[in-house]
Amino acid sequence: MAGVKRQSLGGLVARRVGIAVVLLWIVSLLVFAATQVLPGDTASAILGKTATPDSLAQLRAQLGLDRPLLQQYTDWLGGLLHGDLGRSLAAGLPVGDLIGDRVGATLTLAAVTLVLLVPLALLLGVLTGTRRDGKLDQVVSWITLAGVAVPEFVTGTLLALLLATWLGWLPAVSLIPPGESPLAHPQYMVLPVLTLLVAGLASTVRLVRVGVAQAAAADYTEMARLSGIPERRVVRRWVLPNALAAGVQVIALTAQWLVGGIVIVETVFQYPGIGQTLVQSVQSQDIPVVQAVALLIAAIYVLLNLLADIALVLLVPRLRSAR
Amino acid sequence: MSADAAALEIAGLVVRAPGGAAIVEQVELTVRGAEIVALVGESGSGKTTCGLAALGFARDGARIDGGSVRVAGRELLGLGERELRGVRGRHVSYVPQNPGSALNPAMRVGDHLRELLRAHGRAGDDAVVQAALERVHLPGERAFRRRWPHQLSGGQQQRLAIALALACEPAVAVMDEPTTGLDVVTQARILDEVRRLRDASGLGVLYISHDLAAVASIADRIAVMYAGRVVEQGPAAELLARPCHPYTRGLLASLPDHREPRRLRGIGGAVAALDARPAGCAFAPRCPLASDACRAQAPPLTSPAADRAVRCFHAAQTPPPAFEPLPQRAAADGAALLAVRDLRVSFGGGDVVAADDVGFALARGECLALVGESGSGKTTIARCVAGLQRPDGGEIALAGEPLAGFARGRTREQRRRLQIVFQNPYQSLNPRETAIEAVARPLRELGRDHAAGGRAASLRAAEQMLERVQLPRRLAHSRPAALSGGELQRVAIARALVVEPELLLCDEITSALDVSVQAAVLELLGGLRDELGLTLLFITHDLGVVAAIADRVLVLQRGSVVETGPVGQVVRAPAQPYTQELVAAAPSLSR
Repeated sequence: MAGVKRQSLGGLVARRVGIAVVLLWIVSLLVFAATQVLPGDTASAILGKTATPDSLAQLRAQLGLDRPLLQQYTDWLGGLLHGDLGRSLAAGLPVGDLIGDRVGATLTLAAVTLVLLVPLALLLGVLTGTRRDGKLDQVVSWITLAGVAVPEFVTGTLLALLLATWLGWLPAVSLIPPGESPLAHPQYMVLPVLTLLVAGLASTVRLVRVGVAQAAAADYTEMARLSGIPERRVVRRWVLPNALAAGVQVIALTAQWLVGGIVIVETVFQYPGIGQTLVQSVQSQDIPVVQAVALLIAAIYVLLNLLADIALVLLVPRLRSAR
Repeated sequence: MSADAAALEIAGLVVRAPGGAAIVEQVELTVRGAEIVALVGESGSGKTTCGLAALGFARDGARIDGGSVRVAGRELLGLGERELRGVRGRHVSYVPQNPGSALNPAMRVGDHLRELLRAHGRAGDDAVVQAALERVHLPGERAFRRRWPHQLSGGQQQRLAIALALACEPAVAVMDEPTTGLDVVTQARILDEVRRLRDASGLGVLYISHDLAAVASIADRIAVMYAGRVVEQGPAAELLARPCHPYTRGLLASLPDHREPRRLRGIGGAVAALDARPAGCAFAPRCPLASDACRAQAPPLTSPAADRAVRCFHAAQTPPPAFEPLPQRAAADGAALLAVRDLRVSFGGGDVVAADDVGFALARGECLALVGESGSGKTTIARCVAGLQRPDGGEIALAGEPLAGFARGRTREQRRRLQIVFQNPYQSLNPRETAIEAVARPLRELGRDHAAGGRAASLRAAEQMLERVQLPRRLAHSRPAALSGGELQRVAIARALVVEPELLLCDEITSALDVSVQAAVLELLGGLRDELGLTLLFITHDLGVVAAIADRVLVLQRGSVVETGPVGQVVRAPAQPYTQELVAAAPSLSR
């Protein structure tokens, strides 16, 4: 009856990667277009109010800003494809050198947060989802509701106030010396990680809980109970695998949010990551840096989506073969 | 198990909803070894609640509040969760209504069996799993064991659910509508399987169903439930031949049967809601024999004959079932009203052919039934005629005028002349509109004379139409949420008929309704047809319904016309093998 049309995982991944490449290309177009419509231009930002028309024109020619837009775009894209992110207009350094450390610092922050957040979210989500309306569920529900409602710059400020200013246990800002790994200075990471955890856990726990609760109330789970399967086994073999599909998507969403949310938290704690870089370079109209960072964040988003898609296909048998 | 203990013995069972209302009460049921007891009732009668209680289980906050449930002599009520786990799946098992959603989508076929066997301390090795699958005629080989549930057909999923229920050789299996949702041919095979397993293994089966005809062929005994109580039980043949409870009699009279076509008689009224059940006999408000005694107190269980039990003060006066022949109709020989030629529809870029050069004509005043299993294309054809689906090719003409593919390309007059009633009345009415508003709306959009009269005139016409479909007057200003399925379908029929169409399309309009309500709706439609001179295109999968209402029938299989002819001829002497199979598999009391 049901024809088992198996789709090779390789083919599926290849198609998703293809889609990802197209997506990134579209993003590059958007980023380029967006930086073009920023008010003012780099030359006037560098020269300031004292610029004469002549000096402006000269600087524009020097920076290549007088080329036709299409050529600016193709030159930029060509450079990107060869690993050349361009040259920072403000610092005069290659963008790659400028943001290399910063990317590392941001990824470290995100990774540390994720490593703590994922197991915690799954644990709390499963505990609350399988014991709906129990005491733990109600307490967690209120806390996470508060966590979702409060934006992370408020959470961050409150935590800094409590742990740094009042109790004095931790430094309020993350002054990591350039060129050093943030892991070498764990005291500087606690506050940013804690802030991201509080904000991230709130939404993830709620979403994982819903997924678990749905699977726990599903017909197949009731059927397992009616067959005399022990409760722990029901949770492990019936509830979790079916809830995990939702979990993967939640984690991918959270990881993406982390990359974006980090911009704010980095600014609050002056943590030297790409978020802070992005804010600074937008202020100084350093277009090549803005473009590179924006594209990088987009690439991380796309990559995370890709990984989540593949994980989902591995977890949900139905997606692997069409009827 | 001790030799004399019944496989399942339920006595004085009470299950209460969270609010305290009794969902079922005073239920007495016994299933002996190697016996199939059918528990029959319409929706809301509490039959699933009883079935689950047989496993010591209650759903959605309901609780078992009294009585006794004994499986192979062992009392289940009062056992702790841990002890119940040892009984469930091992001594008493459950086969769910919808195996598609009751199988773990993230677990392979073989693992389902392995988990169950191991939970009950049994070896779950490949040979055992293979044997369990082969016992229900599923392939036992490795490739099949490694399949996922979604890779099985509906029939295979149900077989797997049965294999799971039998894997630990329980004393009794509760099967909750195990064939609902399956096509008739698959249903017949599953029923054969159940019968064979009873004989082969001495299994007791509590078989829950809404369909008396389907259980007639397999049940040794039948118990009929109404509003939470077993109102009658006895040996299957005796109970069907001579029902003692007026409700059982009413059910039989509303049961369409393709082998013995007869006039259907529905049961008036509807089942009372859980919290509004009357004090006395719950059936009294719908019962032709009801007296003051019935309304004052619930009748006790009495035994009118050996091995029979009934809850009715008037059991002795219940007349034997009288089947009236179908009213004779003059053969329609008018000009063709609807002509469909070479209709072709495919989906998915030609992968699925829903209609393959289908052609038929429908004479004025005639009722043509399109019959087929799911996937035969019958609904697609109806949607093309209604203008909801554009055909790939072919022509549809109404009274000689070719119709545009989509309804919006048709003239108002063309749209008025052709109306449709959909399958699911719960979804086809706007939840924010009252019954009378819903019926008045098409008048304002399509009506001929009422547009001029404005709102008041259209509401008056709508009121008359609601009277015609016998919707109680007090319900005219109710929203759909306050109406029962049968009432909703009456509103939907009124909405279609209010613009005085010539052709009415009925797409499975009774398949979401209980049989007693189905009979009442079919009765109504038959009457309206004579009264208004309607032409009907009736889509259904149920040969019994076809025999009750149609003049001619068109049998479809995978988008092609297999056979067509007068109903009597096609049902009594089908010419094509496929039709023969359908006719043989369709449930009937007279077998």
